Amino acid sequence: MDLLTQPVGVAHFMAIGAVLFVSGAVCMATKRNALGVLMGIELVLNGANLNFVALGSEYLRRDTAMSLGMDGHLIALFVIVLAAAEAAVALAITLNFYNNHSTVDVDRADDLRG
Amino acid sequence: MDPINWHSFFFLLFGALTAVFAVAVVVTSNIVRMAFYLILSLGATAGLFFLAGADFVGAMQLMIYVGGTLVLLIFGVMLTAQGPFISMKTGGGEWVLATILGGALLGLLVKTAFSVEDWQGPAAVAHVEGEAEHPVVLPSQSPTSAPIGLGLLGVRTDKLDPTKAALAPGMAGYLLPFEIVSVHLLVVLVGAAYLARTKKRREA
Repeated sequence: MDLLTQPVGVAHFMAIGAVLFVSGAVCMATKRNALGVLMGIELVLNGANLNFVALGSEYLRRDTAMSLGMDGHLIALFVIVLAAAEAAVALAITLNFYNNHSTVDVDRADDLRG
Repeated sequence: MDPINWHSFFFLLFGALTAVFAVAVVVTSNIVRMAFYLILSLGATAGLFFLAGADFVGAMQLMIYVGGTLVLLIFGVMLTAQGPFISMKTGGGEWVLATILGGALLGLLVKTAFSVEDWQGPAAVAHVEGEAEHPVVLPSQSPTSAPIGLGLLGVRTDKLDPTKAALAPGMAGYLLPFEIVSVHLLVVLVGAAYLARTKKRREA
C-alpha cells in the first residue's frame, strides 16, 4: 500500500473534502425533508472547511511558503461560527413552517407560487 | 518494505469514516439515522483537522459543531419526526440524476486536486546517506490557540516581519470580521428567539 507508507498531502485532504461537498450537494437536492436539506448544508460547509484547514497547514505540501497559514484556521473558525448561526435561524424557520403547515416536506412549501 | 506512516494511517482511518458516513447521510431516508451519521461524519472531520495541525479548529469543530449545532438539529428532528416525516422517500429518477451529476462533480474535483504537483505531499529531503527521506512532521507553533486569539484581535504573531512592505497592509489581523461576526451572532440570536416562539396555529 503506497498510501500507508507515504505521507499524505493537501490533495488527499481535498479528496475527502470533495466527497463531503458532493454528498452535501446531492443531499440538498434530493431530500424532501427540510431538516435533511439543512444536514446537506452542514456537509457542504464542512467540505469547504476541510479544504481551508488543509491549505492552511504547512506540513502537507512542497511549497510551504505558499500555505495559507493562520488565515486558513481563522476562516475555518468563522465558517464554524456562521454555520451555527445559520442552523439556528434555519431551524427556527423550519419549526415555524411545521407549526403552520403541519409538515416538513419542502415540496409543499409553495405558498408563494404564482 | 517501508515502515507504516502513522500519520497517513490515521488520515486513512478518519478520512474513510468521514466519507462513508457522509455518503450514508445521503443514502438513508430515515431522518433520525441521517442525524446520527452526520454526527459521526463531522466528528471524524475533527480528527482530520487535528491531523492537519489545526488543533484549535478541531477542538472548536467538536465543541461548537458536534456539541452545539448538531444537538440543535437533533432537537429539530425530535420535534418534527412524526409518522410520515421520519422516512420520506425520494423518487428513483431523481436518484439516478443525482448520482450521475454527483459522480461527475466528484471526479472533476478529485482530478483537479491531484493535478497540482505541490499538493501531493511534503517534499522528500535528501538524507545524509543520499537516499531521499520524508521529513518528520514537527509543528512549529503548537498549540495554535494563542496565535489564533491574537489574530482575531488584530495582531498576527506568525507574520511579524513582512518581507515586502507592499504586502504589510494585507497582513493585518481579523479584528473587523471578528466584530462583524459578533454583531451577526447577536442579531441571529434575537431573530431565532423571535422566530421560534410558539404562535397559535393558523386556522385552516
